[in-house]
Amino acid sequence: MIRYTLGRLLSLIISLVIASLVIFSVIEVIPGDPASFMLGINAREDTLAALRSEMGLDQPLVVRYFDWVIGLLQGDFGNSWTYKTPVSELISDRIWVSLPLAIYALILSTLIAFPAGILAASRRGGASDVTIMGATQMGVAIPNFWFAMIMVLIFAIHLRWFSAGGFPGWSNPLQGIKSLTLPAISLALPQAAILARIMRSSLLDMLSEDFIRTARAKGLTRGQALWRHAVRNALIPVLTIIGLQFSFLLAGGIIIEQIFFLPGLGRLIFQAISARDLIVVESVVMLLVFTVIIVNFAVDIAYAAVDPRLRIKA
Amino acid sequence: MSLLNVKNLSLSIGSFQILHDVSIDVLPGEIVAITGESGSGKSLTALAVMGLLPYGSVMKGSIWLEEKNILTTSEHDLCSMRGRAMGMVFQEPMTALNPVKTIGNQVAETIIIHERVTKFEANKRAADMLQRVGLTVDPSRYPHELSGGQRQRVVIAMAIALRPKLLIADEPTTALDVTTQARILELLKDLVADFDMGLLIITHDLAVVAEIADKIVVMQNGCIVEAAKTQELLHNIRHPYTKALFNASTHRVILPKYIPSSPLLSVESVARTYNLPRKSVFGSRPKFQALDGVSFHISQGERVGLVGESGCGKSTLTRAILGLEEVQRGQIMLDGQSVFSQKKPNLEVRRKMQVVFQDPYGSFNPRHRVDRLIAEPLHVLENTPIGKDRDLAISKALEDVGLSAVDSKKYIHEFSGGQRQRIAIARALIIEPELIIFDEAVSALDVSVRAQVLDLIADLCRKRPLAYLFISHDLSVVRTVTDRVMVMQLGQIIEQGQTEQVFSNPQHTYTQSLIAAAPTLPEVTYAIETV
Repeated sequence: MIRYTLGRLLSLIISLVIASLVIFSVIEVIPGDPASFMLGINAREDTLAALRSEMGLDQPLVVRYFDWVIGLLQGDFGNSWTYKTPVSELISDRIWVSLPLAIYALILSTLIAFPAGILAASRRGGASDVTIMGATQMGVAIPNFWFAMIMVLIFAIHLRWFSAGGFPGWSNPLQGIKSLTLPAISLALPQAAILARIMRSSLLDMLSEDFIRTARAKGLTRGQALWRHAVRNALIPVLTIIGLQFSFLLAGGIIIEQIFFLPGLGRLIFQAISARDLIVVESVVMLLVFTVIIVNFAVDIAYAAVDPRLRIKA
Repeated sequence: MSLLNVKNLSLSIGSFQILHDVSIDVLPGEIVAITGESGSGKSLTALAVMGLLPYGSVMKGSIWLEEKNILTTSEHDLCSMRGRAMGMVFQEPMTALNPVKTIGNQVAETIIIHERVTKFEANKRAADMLQRVGLTVDPSRYPHELSGGQRQRVVIAMAIALRPKLLIADEPTTALDVTTQARILELLKDLVADFDMGLLIITHDLAVVAEIADKIVVMQNGCIVEAAKTQELLHNIRHPYTKALFNASTHRVILPKYIPSSPLLSVESVARTYNLPRKSVFGSRPKFQALDGVSFHISQGERVGLVGESGCGKSTLTRAILGLEEVQRGQIMLDGQSVFSQKKPNLEVRRKMQVVFQDPYGSFNPRHRVDRLIAEPLHVLENTPIGKDRDLAISKALEDVGLSAVDSKKYIHEFSGGQRQRIAIARALIIEPELIIFDEAVSALDVSVRAQVLDLIADLCRKRPLAYLFISHDLSVVRTVTDRVMVMQLGQIIEQGQTEQVFSNPQHTYTQSLIAAAPTLPEVTYAIETV
C-alpha cells in the first residue's frame, strides 16, 4: 500500500510539472501582447517597453517560467493586470465560494445517487427500478441551469425560503450554506442522475459474478449478498466518475454562478479571459489543474483502499 | 434413511422443459456423482437442491433434505439452511471468491451469518477450518494471492465451515491441474469420511467419477438414463448413452504412420523472462523465468505433443513460436526463417503456420459471418484470392472439416461448441499451413464432441502430411494424437521422446507424478443386450 501510494505521488508530481509547462507555453503562444492591450493601440513605444519590463515580459522564456513556478510555490501568483491586486487575493476570495459549492454539490449528488442506484439494482425490473431509471433519464437530459431557474421560481420567489442569489460571506456559516443550497442542488441533480446510473449498472455487473452465487450458497440473502459483496466491488467505476465530477463542479459551475450571482472561480476566469488578464487565467487554470490532479490522486488511493488487487501493482 | 432424496423432479424455465422426472438418493457418508455432457441438466439439478435456481423456474416433484422439502421451504428458511445444512463448491475457483475480502473473512462469514458468535471466535474457527482443508497460507491473504488449487480449498472451507450434512460440488476440479485435482479429490473423500457428510459431485470427467463415486447417475437431456453403484455400473453398462460416453472418453484415433522427414520448426535454447512487480520501493524487480533454454524440433508431417501444468510456460512458448512475443535468448526458425523479424511477426513464416485456440466461444468475432471469419488468414498470403477463388477456398476449408459450403453465410452463434472448433480448424487450414498449433484445442469440448474433433484431426493427417504441436493438459488425448511428446515443467522441457515410450515408461520423476495423478478409466464391461 505504501509503495502504491509513493508511486501515485510520483506520478502526481510529474503530472503537475507537465501541466505547468503546457499551461505556460499555451499562454505564451496566444497572440496578443498584454502590455499593448492594457495601454491601448495608441501607446508610445517607450511606455510599452517600460510596462513590459515592469511585467517581466522582456525576460527570456526560461527565466519567466521559473519565476512563475517559484512564485506559485510561495503562494505568490503575481498581480492581476486589470484588477491591479495580487492574483492570490482574487483567487482566495472566490475559492471560498467555489470549493464549498463543489463539495456541497458532490455530497448531495452522492447522497442521492448511492441509495437510488442500489435500490434500482436490487429491484431490477421492478417498479422502483423503472421509476428511478426514468427519473435519472430526465436528470441526465435536463441541463442544470433549467433546474436552477425552476428552483429559484419555487423556493425563492413563491415560497421565499431561500434568497434568489448573492452570497453573504462566511461570517455567518449557516447563512453561507443556505445561500449555496439552491445552486448546489441544481449542480448536483444531473450529476446524481449520471452517478445513480453508473452505480446501478456496476452493481448489476457485480451481481452476476460467481462470488455472489458463492455468497448465496453460504446462506446470505439477496440483500446481504448485495451489501456485503457487491457494493464494495461496484465502487471502482463509481469512484472514477466522482473524481471527474468534482473537477467539473469546481470550475464548470459558471452558468450556475451567473444565475445565482455567486462570486466564484467560474466567473473570475470568464472575466479574466475577456479582459486578457493572462496572469489571472494562467493562475486559475493552474489551480484547477492542481485540484484535478489532487482529486485523481485521492481517487487512486481510494481505489487501492477498495480493491486489494491494485495495491501490489505500482 | 437417505440424507437427500430427490423424487420425480421436473423443472422448466419458461417454455423449456429442462429436467424430467429426476430421482436421486444420497446417504450420509456417500459420494454420488452426476455425470453427463453439457446441457444434460446436471448443474441445474444441483442448484435446485440448493434452492438457487434462476428466476422463473417452475418445479414439480420433491427434494427432501432429511425432513424438509426444499421446494416448499420459504426463501427465508432456505437462507438459514444454505451454508449450515448444505454447502456448495463451484467450478471456477478463480472467480468464486470475492476479490476484495480476505480469505479468512470469507470463511468466517459463513459462521457469522448462521451462529451467534463473536468475530474473534468466527475468525479462529475459520482459521482452523482453513487448516483442516490443508491450506498453509495466512487467513489474512486475499484471493488473488493464491493459486487455483489453494482457492478451491478456501471455497471448500467456506462450504464446510459449519459441517453441513450435504456438500454439493459442481465440477470442483475441472479448472485445476491433474496433480492439484488429485489432491482436491483426496481432500473431498477425506472430509466425507471424517464428517459423515453426503457428497453430490457433478463432473463430466468419467475417470474422476469412477475414482471417487460410490454411486453414479448418468444424465442426458434432463433425464437420468442410468444410475447404479459404481462397481455395478462399470461392470454392467446398460444404456447406449452411457456406453457411448465411456467409449468417447477412451477414444483412440489411428494416425497414419509418420515417416521421418526434413525438419520444419526448430526451437533453439529459447529463454524468456518476465519482470515481476517490485517487492519494496527501491528493490530490484524480481524475475520470472517463463522459458528456460527450451530446444526442440518438429519435422514435416510430425505430430508432437506438449504437456505440463498451468504456469509451466506452455502459453509463452506458443506465443513465441507464433512470433507474437520476442524471446530474449535463442532462436525460433520455421523452414529456415526466423518467426520474429524486426520487432514484429515475420509474415513469410506466418503463411506456413496457424493456430487453433481453446475457447470455441471467445475466439470468434460474433459480428462477422463464417466466410469472413475463416477467410481472415488469407490476408497473409502474397496473392490473396478474391471473388470465386476466395469462395472456393472457403468452401473447401469448410468441407475439409465436415461442414458444408452453405454454412459460410451463417453467424458463429448458430453453431455448437464442436462445430465452432471445426470452424476454427477450417480457419487454420484455409492457407494450407505446414504447421498447426493446437493450444488446448479440445479441452473445452464434451467427450463425444472431442472424439469427433480428434477423428477429424486424424482424418486431416491422412489426407495430407500435417505437422502439428498439440498442447494440452489432458494426457490421454495427447497420448492418442501425437507421435512424440514433450513434458514441460518450470519453463524447461524435462523429458521428451516417442509418445508411447514416455507414457509407458516415464523417466523423469515429474512425468511419473503427472501420469500417476491423472485419473484413469477402469476397464468397463457392457451388458449383453447392448453389445
